[in-house]
Amino acid sequence: MSDYVKLPVGKRRGARTEVLRPVEGSGVEHFEPVLLKYVEYENSHTLDFYTSHGGYDAAKKAIADYKPDDLIDFVKSSGLRGRGGAGFPAGLKWSFVPKESAKPKYLAVNADESEPGTFKDRSIIEYDPHQLLEGIIICCYAVGIHTAYIYIRGEFVFGARALEEAIEEAYAGGYLGKNIMGTGFDLDVTVHRGAGAYICGEETGLLSSLEGNRGNPKIKPPFPAVEGLFRSPTVVNNVETLANLPHIINNGIDWYKGMGTDASPGSKIFCLSGHMKHMGLVEVPLGMSLTTMIEAYGGGMIDDLKLKAVIPGGSSAPVLAACDCEVPLCFDACRDAGTMLGSGGVIAMHENTCMVNALWNLLRFYAHESCGQCTPCREGTGWIEKIVARIERGQGRMADLQLLLDICDEMCGRTICVLADAAAFPTRSFIKCFREEFEAHIEAGCCPINEVRAEAMATA
Amino acid sequence: MQLTEDRQKRYEWLLTRYPEKKAALLPVLRLIEDQEGEISDDGMALAAELCDVPPSHVMGVVTFYTHYRRAGTGKYMVQVCATLPCALRGAGAVYEQLVDRLGIEAGETTTDGKFTLRKVECLASCGTAPCVQINDDYHENLTSEKLDQILDGLKS
Repeated sequence: MSDYVKLPVGKRRGARTEVLRPVEGSGVEHFEPVLLKYVEYENSHTLDFYTSHGGYDAAKKAIADYKPDDLIDFVKSSGLRGRGGAGFPAGLKWSFVPKESAKPKYLAVNADESEPGTFKDRSIIEYDPHQLLEGIIICCYAVGIHTAYIYIRGEFVFGARALEEAIEEAYAGGYLGKNIMGTGFDLDVTVHRGAGAYICGEETGLLSSLEGNRGNPKIKPPFPAVEGLFRSPTVVNNVETLANLPHIINNGIDWYKGMGTDASPGSKIFCLSGHMKHMGLVEVPLGMSLTTMIEAYGGGMIDDLKLKAVIPGGSSAPVLAACDCEVPLCFDACRDAGTMLGSGGVIAMHENTCMVNALWNLLRFYAHESCGQCTPCREGTGWIEKIVARIERGQGRMADLQLLLDICDEMCGRTICVLADAAAFPTRSFIKCFREEFEAHIEAGCCPINEVRAEAMATA
Repeated sequence: MQLTEDRQKRYEWLLTRYPEKKAALLPVLRLIEDQEGEISDDGMALAAELCDVPPSHVMGVVTFYTHYRRAGTGKYMVQVCATLPCALRGAGAVYEQLVDRLGIEAGETTTDGKFTLRKVECLASCGTAPCVQINDDYHENLTSEKLDQILDGLKS
């Protein structure tokens, strides 16, 4: 038995987020999910369930069949890209960690899931936590790590409990601890709860928080791979990235590359929210068009209203007008379309949505979540929030639009982390795509669609 | 103030999980919060002692994060997600209903100390919006009736 001492918190399971299937008549064929295959099953969170469905076979195979370096090469060749937002190749990231290190190496799992519109990792954490643990074992073996921390956002009380229970089971079953599965490999995993700060989803902010500090990001370089947690080499990977690993090991590179596009292989979990008829999770191969996803899985807009705008990759991704939504959902196509795939949080807005109000909402978020270290971010996020607020209230001036864009220019690329950029991206894109709506507010001296919006929001 | 026996055990175990005592600060604050129902000045002093850091560091940490229950928080901390995906699905109405029922605005606590109302940023419950977190628990897919039922069920 392990010496794992349980968290004294968390009693209640949250609502189980629905895994969506294509609506009838959409012409889209159902894709059998890889990562979300079991999250809707009874007892899917238990070790028994996991091992009876092939669980931990991949970890055994990885340790038995591969030398650590070969495993890194294997993951590199698979083309797996980070699912946290940046899409950085996972194997390449691992290869930056020095092979020989006098200091211990660490894995910090990013389970902070704080990008507005994103709720994918939560389902894995709560309903298939062993899938994550198996991914952690594979990553740690490849990089030579013996200590891993799962940094989970403070609000996920139940998720933290679910992970602790899974870890306890894994220790008891010999999948964690000393000499795991008789392989001679040692690995300790600890859950570390955050306490409510978006910035702790940024990798260096996360590490600061893990060290017992305010979650202030740090200047890179040095990158965490060289000098991260406790000033030691550290891999920071997102939950979904790690959850991919067992499947790639089990099914091989050809299978993995058979899904998605050349540069963005594999399947990805998307989170549908906002005004879509059906909200929930969708797992499909990368490359499906945004319109298809909204129509086939989201079922279009509530009350059969028209689609007006979509934020395709979490709130930091630039917004797209409805007419630009044919973009394929993969890392490169989204970038080329002037937005980003980000975390896969698809927030759709229908025709009655006031875009000034929507932007104001997002800017309140960034102003609140700026850690305050860097002047351009601390002052900039607050300033643009106030300007957009006054436009929404009908007190804006025409010169405000240029002022907003000028402030965004001063915020971008001038700070330790990208939170300032993440506030500037939506600001620029909302003004670019919906400039006439901002101008209408200023000319009318009020929000011209406020009434409709208020009504729509009340009945939604 | 000191930790109860089981929490002391958890604390000692925590120290074995990190190479530095300071790294146990966030979980130690959770232990104190869980035991006392809030994090007071005394609680912060205890955390400082347990993690071998100056009290000023603890205060810096506690005030940086929003999720700790500071002294004076009501028995039920009601956190309404107000970020865009929830706002698009009626978070505004949820908040107004709470203001009406509790008679307080965001950031305030009822005079009987039962409720503290807060507007918070995204709870990662966008697919089951609108959402309210009351203490540890998420309440999702909220409707006006459901919210009333939940509030009725909370004992004083």
